[in-house]
Amino acid sequence: MEVFLQQLINGITLGSIYGLIAIGYTMVFGIIGMVNFAHGDVFMVSAFIALVAFLLLTSFLGISSIALALFLVLIVAMLFTSLVNWTIERLAYRPLRGSFRLAPLISAIGMSIFLSNFVQVTQGPRNKSIPPMVQGEFVLFTKNDYPVTLSFKQLIIWFVTAVLLACFWYLVSKTRLGRAQRACEQDQKMAALVGVDVDRTISMTFVIAAALAAVAGTMYLMYYGVVSFADGFVPGVKAFTAAVLGGIGSLPGAVVGGILIGLIETMWSAYFSIDYKDVAAFSVLAITLIFLPQGLFGRPDVEKV
Amino acid sequence: MTTRLLTVRGVKTFYGRVMALKGVDLEVNEGEIVTLIGANGAGKSTLMMTVCGNPRAREGTIEFAGHDITRLPTHEIARLKLAQAPEGRRIFSRMTVLENLQMGSITAEPSEFARDLDRVLALFPRLSQRIGQRGGTLSGGEQQMLAIARALMAQPRLLLLDEPSLGLAPLVVRQIFDAIKTLNAESGLTVFLVEQNAYHALKLAHRGYVMVNGRITLSGTGRELLEHSEIKSAYLEGGRH
Ligand SMILES: Nc1ncnc2c1ncn2[C@@H]1O[C@H](COP(=O)(O)OP(=O)(O)O)[C@@H](O)[C@H]1O
Ligand SMILES: [Mg+2]
Repeated sequence: MEVFLQQLINGITLGSIYGLIAIGYTMVFGIIGMVNFAHGDVFMVSAFIALVAFLLLTSFLGISSIALALFLVLIVAMLFTSLVNWTIERLAYRPLRGSFRLAPLISAIGMSIFLSNFVQVTQGPRNKSIPPMVQGEFVLFTKNDYPVTLSFKQLIIWFVTAVLLACFWYLVSKTRLGRAQRACEQDQKMAALVGVDVDRTISMTFVIAAALAAVAGTMYLMYYGVVSFADGFVPGVKAFTAAVLGGIGSLPGAVVGGILIGLIETMWSAYFSIDYKDVAAFSVLAITLIFLPQGLFGRPDVEKV
Repeated sequence: MTTRLLTVRGVKTFYGRVMALKGVDLEVNEGEIVTLIGANGAGKSTLMMTVCGNPRAREGTIEFAGHDITRLPTHEIARLKLAQAPEGRRIFSRMTVLENLQMGSITAEPSEFARDLDRVLALFPRLSQRIGQRGGTLSGGEQQMLAIARALMAQPRLLLLDEPSLGLAPLVVRQIFDAIKTLNAESGLTVFLVEQNAYHALKLAHRGYVMVNGRITLSGTGRELLEHSEIKSAYLEGGRH
């Protein structure tokens, strides 16, 4: 029981990070029908941006308030990562739109390799670390000498994720930009006929996807304290699995899928073999694709046309 | 004095290597209802979409309200207040009726949204009962009303309507044609209407054009065309529904 509760807390934390990344996969797929293979690496790049920003802020500017530093790091990471993803879309994907279907996918794989190599060359192949940003925890209760804890880091992740998801939900469901995005998902030709600048809306989708990935990247860095150039791949594939499990194209599906993948991973690690935790997560991808290809929240698409 | 709103000159449009419009000339003046009739596959929808820049005219020019729009991107043409209720209605089916109307108002003055909304709902009261419902759940007639209402939310100077009567019950067709007539008579809205339902369209319109195989073959006032022997035999036989 106590192990289960602890893993529940850990799983939700990890799942929040996956969920934030998964939204990026699902949004981009929704609007241009492309699996953005580089998205995991965009997440990794954001963690490096956060790392550099954190080191600059604390050592050069001498900001000592952790809360302020964390907030600034988050903002900087979101801004720069958005800029990176905006540029990637303009250079690597937009010129291929309207070309054969696999072209943007191949370009995305190329981008993924480019980003991880670029970080490897400029930041070095080893793990980069930061001093612990946030320490401390609540001990919820202790049973059989096993304390169930909720760390401050985890609380911050829950809080930041919840706040951002709320903002994001508002943006998508209540604003002009969100409506334009949904309209482009459904019918780009009609969206243009009512006056939506489709190219700009697609650009904004990449910007938002990157901003959410940067939140995940910053949280990841704060949680683990280390990041390496290779950290785009595994979390990327897991977040992609989350998006598929939730139903690719579905925003709530991405969040729920993310939490489920986080839980599956942590529960598996606790009760079975930690060495196989990635295998467990990826098996979910295979099983979902075989038995539930439209995912949990996928659209059966039975609307009148 | 009449003001030219839309001028189409020598427009040729291709799908790949196939020429769908083979040099089309026509014009629409401010305040008119102009109809374009023709058999299935004649190129009517292609012309409507070419005016909106998708597909683009390969030859010829299109002018709207004094602007050369031949090379303009579709969304910029829309911003000049040229709205279309296209073939097949193209409702945003996973958005509510209200959201569809909000999409229509993108190019309009935001402060006038509430007033415009009241207006289109007064014109199509059925839509106000469905305001929170998803577009995809509406009936065919309601979807067509929504498509027209969405176009009207743009405060258009020219409204393009592509076969609004297609697949609808006669009573609903009547409602829609009445609405078009009212809009034109009361607000001076200029309408360019594509129809296969030639009889109703020609009765409603001030002027009309006939398209055959990507070319305009006849033009004249609605009354002239209704009386024309070729049109009678080709488009009106048994067509007085
Ligand atoms: N997207 C398209 N791709 C290729 N050919 C098309 C396309 N749309 C229409 N056509 C062809 O262009 C011609 C004119 O079609 P259309 O403009 O839809 O006619 P109408 O609206 O008068 O029925 C037809 O021969 C049709 O098959
Ligand atoms: Mg047509």
